[in-house]
This record gives sequence, C-alpha cells and structure tokens, in this order.
Amino acid sequence: MSGLRRRIGIVAAAAAGLLGVAAHADPAPPRIVVGAKKFTESAVLGELMAQVLEIQAGAAVERRFNLAGTQICFDGLRTGALDAYAEYTGTGLRNILRDETDTGTAAAVFARVSTAFRERFALVWLAPFGFDNTYVLMMRPERAAALGIATLSDLAAHPLRYGVSHEFLQRGDGMPGLRAVYHLNEASTVGVEHDLAYQALADGTIDVSDGYSTDAKIVAFGLLTLRDDRHFFPPYQAAPLARADLFTRVPLAEPALRLLAGRIDDATMRRLNYAVEGERRSPAEVASAFLGELGLRHVEATPEAPAGGLLELLWQRRWITASLTVRHLWLTGIAVLAAVVIGLPLGIAASRSPALATLALSGAGVLQTIPSIALLAFMLPLFGIGVVPAIAALFLYGLLPILRNTVAGLRSIDGRLLEVGRGLGMRGRDLLWRVELPLAAPVILAGIRTAAVINVGTATLAAFIGAGGLGDPIVTGLTTTDTNLVLSGALPAALLAIAVDAGLGVVERFATPRGLRV
Amino acid sequence: MIELEAVRKVYPDGHVALRSVSLTVERGTTLALLGPSGCGKTTLLKLINRLLDPSAGCVRVDGRDIAAVDPIGLRRTMGYVVQDAGLFPHLTALGNVEVVPRLLGWPAARRVARARDLFALMGLDFSALAGRYPAQVSGGQRQRIGLARALAVDPPIVLMDEPFGALDPITRRRLQEEFLTLKDQLHKTMVLVTHDVEEAFRLADRVALLDDGAVVQVGTPAEIRAAPASPFVAALIGGGATASP
Repeated sequence: MSGLRRRIGIVAAAAAGLLGVAAHADPAPPRIVVGAKKFTESAVLGELMAQVLEIQAGAAVERRFNLAGTQICFDGLRTGALDAYAEYTGTGLRNILRDETDTGTAAAVFARVSTAFRERFALVWLAPFGFDNTYVLMMRPERAAALGIATLSDLAAHPLRYGVSHEFLQRGDGMPGLRAVYHLNEASTVGVEHDLAYQALADGTIDVSDGYSTDAKIVAFGLLTLRDDRHFFPPYQAAPLARADLFTRVPLAEPALRLLAGRIDDATMRRLNYAVEGERRSPAEVASAFLGELGLRHVEATPEAPAGGLLELLWQRRWITASLTVRHLWLTGIAVLAAVVIGLPLGIAASRSPALATLALSGAGVLQTIPSIALLAFMLPLFGIGVVPAIAALFLYGLLPILRNTVAGLRSIDGRLLEVGRGLGMRGRDLLWRVELPLAAPVILAGIRTAAVINVGTATLAAFIGAGGLGDPIVTGLTTTDTNLVLSGALPAALLAIAVDAGLGVVERFATPRGLRV
Repeated sequence: MIELEAVRKVYPDGHVALRSVSLTVERGTTLALLGPSGCGKTTLLKLINRLLDPSAGCVRVDGRDIAAVDPIGLRRTMGYVVQDAGLFPHLTALGNVEVVPRLLGWPAARRVARARDLFALMGLDFSALAGRYPAQVSGGQRQRIGLARALAVDPPIVLMDEPFGALDPITRRRLQEEFLTLKDQLHKTMVLVTHDVEEAFRLADRVALLDDGAVVQVGTPAEIRAAPASPFVAALIGGGATASP
C-alpha cells in the first residue's frame, strides 16, 4: 500500500526533473521569436532576419521555422508566439485581407497592406527585401509546345491534369481565383506537396503545377513558366512582417531589419535558394555567408560543412540532437503527465459507471482516429502555434490508452476480493487505494507506456507547428530533400521510442505488486 | 446476539432469495446455515454485515436494528471469512492480517504484535510465513491466514461463508478440528454457511436448514437427527455427507 504511494512519488519526481530541465531562464539579451514557413526561401529569409537581429540588435533569437502555412505564421504573430517573419505583400492582400480588388503596382499593394495591417492587426510591414516572388504556373516545355500553350489564357482550351500545393488549392489567389479569371479546363486536380510537384511534372504524372518565380527548381528542372496575361497574380514582394510592439520592446530591431531592405533582387534570391536546395547547405549557413557579402557580419572562418556521410552528420549534430531530444522528452513528458492526471481519475469514475465509460471511451476513441497532423491543426485556432497546441494534441492522443487501460484494469479485478474488502469494513477510498489501484497498476502502467510511446512518435509532427523537438531536422530535411538530415532526426526519435518503451517496461515490472509476480 | 425477523430479500431482477426468515443466534454460539446451492444461505449471511439490505423485515444485533447503523463501523465489529480465504494477492500474509488494524489506525508495533499472536493461535509459523504472498502458501495456510485476518481486531461476531469449501478432505478435517478448539477458546458469536451436512453438524451448536429461500427447520444437531421436520430434511441428513446436488 505505502509501496504504491512511494512508486507514484518516484514517477512524480522524475516528471518534475524533466520540467526542471526545460525551465532554464534566459539571461539579459532581449528575446525575439522569428518564424518561417515550411519552404526554403522562407527559411533563408527567416535566417537572414534572425542573424541580422542577433548581430545588429544583440537579440537572443528563437527560431520557429518550418511552420505549416501562412495562417499559422499570421496567427503566431497576432497571438505573440512570433515577433516577426518574412511575408509576401500579395499573400497579405489576397490571403489575409481577402482583398480581391484590382492589384495595381507593387508599391500600391505594399501601401495597401501596410496601412491595413497596422490599423487592423497592429502589425508592421518593413521595406521589402527587393525581389518579387509571384506565383507562376509551370509546365514541361515539350508538353506546352505540343499543345501550343504559352499564357494562362491558353490553358482553357485543353483538359489538363493539375497538381498544385495544398495551400494554392485553397487560397483565394490560387485555384479558385484562377478558375474564375482563366476558366481552367481541369481534367483532374490534386493537392501535392510543393517539393514533390516538380518531380511529378518531370515524370509527366501531372501537366500543370504552381511555383514561385524565385524558385531555383524551375531552372533546375528546366520548366516553362506561363505568362499571366491578365495580371491575375498580384505582386508578391517579400518583406519582414513584425508585431508593432517588437519595435518598442527592442528599439534596435527596426534599424537592424531595415539593413536588409532592397538588398536581395530576384537573381540573388534564386541563388540563395539554390545554395540550399542544390548545394545542400543549411539556410543558416547560406544566410551567414550572404550577410558576410553584404558586410553585415564579420566573416568568420565558419567551418565548411563537408558533404560527409550520415555518421559524420550525426556526430556533428550530437549536441543539437541532445538538446532536441531533451525538448522532445519534455513535450511528451508534460503531455503524458497531463493525460495521467486527467485520464486516471476519469478512468476510475468510468469503471464505476457504464454510461460514463461508454461516453469517455468513445470520445477518446474518436480523438484517436483523427490523423495526428489534423489534430495538431485543430489546436491552432485554440492555442496559436508553438508548444502549447502540440502538448494539447499529444495530451489528447495519450488520453485513450490511459483511460482504456484504467477502466480495463479496474474492471478485471475479481469482484469477490472487492466484496471481501467491503465485508472487512473498507470504505470506497480504502478499497481504491489499498486494493483496486495496486491490483490494476500493471494494466494502468501498460496504458501509460503505450501513451508515452505513441507520443514520442507523434511529437515529431509537432515541428510543423513550431514546437521543436526531433521533428525539426526531419521537416527541414524533407523540405530540402536532405535524407541524412531527415535521418538525423528520425533515428534518434526511433531510438527514443524504443528506450521509452523499455524504460517504462522496467517501471511496469517494478510497479507490479510482488504477490502477482510469483 | 443476532436476530432476524421476517426478513425478505428480492433482488432487482425479481428473484426472491429469501421469503420470510426469522432466526436467532445467541451470544457466544455458532449457527450453521445449511442447504443446497441457491437456497439463500449466502444472501442471509450478507444481510448480517449489510453487504445486502433486506427488502422487508429487520436484522438486529444486540437489540439494535442495523439498518440504522453505519455499515462501515458495523462490519469492523464482524470478522468475515469466505471460501478460499479471499486473501488480497498483492499483500503478504502479514499485510492481509493487518488490513483491519490499519483501517482502525493501529500503530505498527501493535499491529505486528497482534499478528504474531494470531499466527500462533492459528498454528502458523510467523517468521516463515509473514512475508509470503497468498500464491506462495498452501490452501490450508491460506484459510488459516483468512481466519486470522477475520479475528484481527477481536470482533465479537464472525461470519463465515464456506470457509473450508476449497480444501482437500484431509486438510478440511484438520481445520475443522482446530476450529472446534478455537470456538471453545474464543466464545465468538458465529454464523457458518455450508452445504456440507457433516460439517454443519460437527461444528455448529445449532443448525438452520434452508430450502428455496425459507427456513425448513432449526435446532441442535441432536434435535434435527431425532425429529426431521420434513421429508426434505430427512433426505438431506440421511442421504449422505453433503447436501449439494
């Protein structure tokens, strides 16, 4: 009996230790959170902003990169989870402001979003970087030539297979608007991950896809970009978008970011993108080298990362991996702890009420069937981006195994033992603490173990909403098609899952009452 | 003293377990409830410690209607033993015997001292068995530990439901002998549920014969043998050692 309490105490102490690891307080320098969307250019611009803030404003910059889309970045900015990220004026106009009016010049669009964002959201557009990354539709040149297609107006004459990015499929300045203006003749339309669309075009499995005009892959794959003859796509000048309060909090941030204004033209941006995607250099490295070119940083003898093998990469990243692992464990630890705190009492209550059991188990069961990435997405409107929605989603995933095993463990106890307990004069709580929980402990712990292993796996997806962890290198690696980088996150994540499973297996055995082991 | 007066028990599913039972167990005596499976004898036992409440009639202990008594307090004045002892498998022999003393908040020293006495009383080797788990001891030892647990806080009343039912004949016989010795030493008021005629007649001062939820005859073993009240009773006590079908 006191044994069970002692074991619970040990588990609680271990959890508190995990929390403690994450509770390091930052010292003096102002903290700025810079975000980036989940594609190369956004990451390079994010790195440029982050590094210039570090060097010129002396800030401690936290990077929340690989965020899944515009909505997530924009919500992050509004809720204060982010301080700044690089956004495109056309996206701000069409996608955020839902302004479908005629676009006008680049300067006019910038002026319009500038005013509207400041008034409606207290967000500030700084001067653009200097390039216009508009949307383009792309085809294989041979296919286009065969059909006689050169402009977007030409598309209406031919039934074609469209494969466009998921965001383009939905946003007003994407497919819906194109259909209305150009009367597209779609034989089929599917959503394709942006980076995969190029390969699909090259393979001929789709005919038309969307791209960004500064995308290095357009050149690499030798694709034809169709002329926007009715000027449907607004100008997409990239510029730093920031919370107004950033500049009052860190006055040096604004002059620092302005150092980048007008310094990157289309060709430069394409070159920087190619450095990441073609030359397999990290966005951080590319940004650092470019700031060196601009004379904005002392050119340090940055160790050129040799294009070594996987083992070399794993060794180089060992400290990064260690800190990502700690964060990963922290995310899952808190989520599992919360699932225990809620799931255990709920399971106890449910084991006594068949109606509640049905309700709770089917509710948790439904949650379990929601795909993880969708569940993460549901959390965004509620909690913004970052750690909180990730933990909330992981918590919901952990709930079912714990709830189910608590109910099953308690129900599996021989009813005669409970009757004897009552017959000896035990109250309900005596029975629970002295008989039911000790006897159900192995089953309940097996549920906690399942929840923890599921969460270690699912937490890799948390990187998509900026929560960090071992998913970070996976997502970055997927974006830059760097398999080794993917593995540098995936391997530790898999090992971690195995270790957590084995470790909790030991705890489970330890918590099994000795009398049940003989 | 335990008195049942016109007690009726109908389960929620409509099954009538006891029709109208009146019985008295005098202080310091043992009453056996004897009858075939399903006759209502276990139901009757559970009405005494309020694991069940009667649908009609009343149960009095030392003159007080127990419907008005807190069931937790009531049960702590009654030892409870079931078939195969019903020991908690996650607790040691000592832990099982200490259950009720712990509920009452006895200090550890007093609990262990009491457990040593009870082990001795039940003929159990404390140093060898106290730390063993129920799965590690024999059936006879389990039953002795179960009895020790029931006697832990020296309750005036002990309720036993087929306490020797799961034992082999030789062990059962030995425990029955020891039970008779204990009975003379302890002077408890005891109610013993059994379907074993021989056991009832050997161990009890008085026997109540039950059939289909009603008491058919009550008396000392000698009275019942001398004058069976009905052909059912005659068949039961004459037909062999056991009343089970």
